[in-house]
Amino acid sequence: MSEGTLYDKVWDRHKVTTLPTGQDQLFVGLHLIHEVTSPQAFGMLEERDLEVAYPELTHATVDHIVPTADQSRPYAEDSAEEMMSELEQNVREAGIEFSDPTTGDQGIVHVIGPEQGLTQPGKTIVCGDSHTSTHGAFGALAFGIGTSQIRDVLATGTIAMEKQKVRKIEITGELDDGVEAKDIILEIISRLGTEGGVGYVYEYAGEAIESLGMEGRMSICNMSIEGGARAGYVNPDETTYEWLEETDYFQENPEKFEELKPYWESIASDDDAEYDDVVTIDGSELEPVVTWGTTPGQGIGVTDPIPAPEDLPADKEDTARRAQEHMRVEPGETMDGYDIDVAFLGSCTNARLPDLRRGAEIVEGRQVDDDVRALVVPGSQRVQETAEKEGLKDIYEEAGFEWRNAGCSMCLGMNEDQLEGDEACASSSNRNFVGRQGSKDGRTVLMNPRMVAAAAITGEVTDVRELKEVSTA
Amino acid sequence: MSREDEQSESSERANSAEQRSADRSSGRSPREDGEERPVSIDAEVREIRTDGGDEVDIPEVKYASGSGVPIQGNDIDTDQIIPARFMKVVTFDGLGEFAFFDLRFDEDDNQKEHPFNEQRYQDSSIMVVNGNFGCGSSREHAPQALMRWGIDAIIGESFAEIFAGNCLALGIPTVTADTKTIQELQAWVDDNPDGEIDVDVEAETVTYGGQTIDVTVDDAQRKALVDGIWDTTALMKSNAGEVQKKAEELPYVDDSAISS
Repeated sequence: MSEGTLYDKVWDRHKVTTLPTGQDQLFVGLHLIHEVTSPQAFGMLEERDLEVAYPELTHATVDHIVPTADQSRPYAEDSAEEMMSELEQNVREAGIEFSDPTTGDQGIVHVIGPEQGLTQPGKTIVCGDSHTSTHGAFGALAFGIGTSQIRDVLATGTIAMEKQKVRKIEITGELDDGVEAKDIILEIISRLGTEGGVGYVYEYAGEAIESLGMEGRMSICNMSIEGGARAGYVNPDETTYEWLEETDYFQENPEKFEELKPYWESIASDDDAEYDDVVTIDGSELEPVVTWGTTPGQGIGVTDPIPAPEDLPADKEDTARRAQEHMRVEPGETMDGYDIDVAFLGSCTNARLPDLRRGAEIVEGRQVDDDVRALVVPGSQRVQETAEKEGLKDIYEEAGFEWRNAGCSMCLGMNEDQLEGDEACASSSNRNFVGRQGSKDGRTVLMNPRMVAAAAITGEVTDVRELKEVSTA
Repeated sequence: MSREDEQSESSERANSAEQRSADRSSGRSPREDGEERPVSIDAEVREIRTDGGDEVDIPEVKYASGSGVPIQGNDIDTDQIIPARFMKVVTFDGLGEFAFFDLRFDEDDNQKEHPFNEQRYQDSSIMVVNGNFGCGSSREHAPQALMRWGIDAIIGESFAEIFAGNCLALGIPTVTADTKTIQELQAWVDDNPDGEIDVDVEAETVTYGGQTIDVTVDDAQRKALVDGIWDTTALMKSNAGEVQKKAEELPYVDDSAISS
């Protein structure tokens, strides 16, 4: 078993007791809730006549169903309005703070937590959403939970869990120009598989990780779950502390920053920590990664040939064959040149300010292909506001992108933003599952934000590094 | 039909196994756009009796028995188990009819080939799946939909972690065996759709067709199911004092967040 890792330390600091099941009962330092997975949990509390134990450690937002075009109330869709009203009532009754759209703080749950300084190193963070692993970028132990577990956390401030193994994933070297955090995580998942992380927590380390900003680290931790790992984290360092100092919580409580820093430093993995497994990947050899199939593990370098199903391990062969049929791709082809109909720049993986800035660099002075529907959905109202002030909105709109309000949007198609028919989408999101973006025949190609921007311009999957060369020639 | 109608109707007709079976096999898509769609019944949803306060009666789940239904393929994700558009609801009622929806129906609501559509599997309660089943999102809607369709236990090669945890929270065992064993069981179910499968959670065995095979049940899961402590709310609530002490020890928890 691992020893001396951040995971071990944070676990021990939060362990209340061992339950008769053999699971540990862990204290939850931050419980984030949203409109889709929490209403049933509040219903269960009511049935059992229980109250929310730690409302001040709970924070709500609305993201999954919120419309990104017209947000006036009541929402056009009855079911969306009902879910929003239910959440409003639940948080009001329980005394839970709610970053609703009128506050200017609303956004995707995994964007607003860090933004407001709620996400901190050494906290245990849970949310009824599998991408809660995002918060691990700050050195928090963060994971997604189901609705019955939300009930547990609401009622007790704790969760029952079994301790897992720790795999250190070291990314050495320096990334090439045009290669981003998203490419690192897609590469990890394609190498270790979508279930390679089951039973593990991933610790991301190495030069290429340390040189990333917080947003890049969030993109990586965000997709831990796509590799089967329920949680992933990066040890906190100066980059983390600088970011935290600027957040609301520490701006309002500057004394807390100095008070907590020794704790943050103390929970980082020891130099001689023991891991259950270590994997090393040479970051300098990576290129932009795109998916050719219908699981996030089916990724390749943009110029690499699509593998033949029969060349894959036996347990991947059948899935690959079905995926290639759905995506209409052939072994031996590259994804470079794959026609797309929609470009989606958004989601909890890649809709933070640096993502939108990098996309805008590609878009500026160019036009979206005539046959492409392109949209930018900022991760939060704050990201949106800052981006607008910086002129990013104008750049995108002049190029032919739609500029929307904050929400999950086309990542999972629970609002009106959906693929239609068999449209193919260049997407900065995290899942390319069949039907994920709202149409069961829709085709999703996952890639980094600059690659999405490039695909919007050319109408096909494009190696963004080549696009750059063309523009400067 | 509005969601409200659907709910009241399903509660009126709940616990009628014959009706549930008839609805399942009606071969009609339950999409909201059509007229007089049949409404499937939530299968015998596990009864959690609450006697007010923290008193909750949690049944022990030592065994699960019934005929099987094979669902083949690795990496069957939660978007396939329950597409997100059916999650625009504030309760889990009525989700059973949407299980595997897009795999079961085409655009025009015509049935596609899928075990959940087949007459011979309509009374099945033991699902047999392959690798990494339930990967993807944390939505409890996925096991809720399967449970409400009628699934009591799942046997597979491997399960995504959050999915297995969600199943446990509903008292549904997720037991595992190797690829070959699972494929043989799936083939047997295909040949014997009415054949009884007995899952013994405590002994970690599955018995079918006159043979008993060894399977694996995660230790904590087995203990929780067998001892009837899989609903952890009351269990953990009883440690409220220690929880508060833990909160007080943590440097980042503000005093105001801790109720006295």
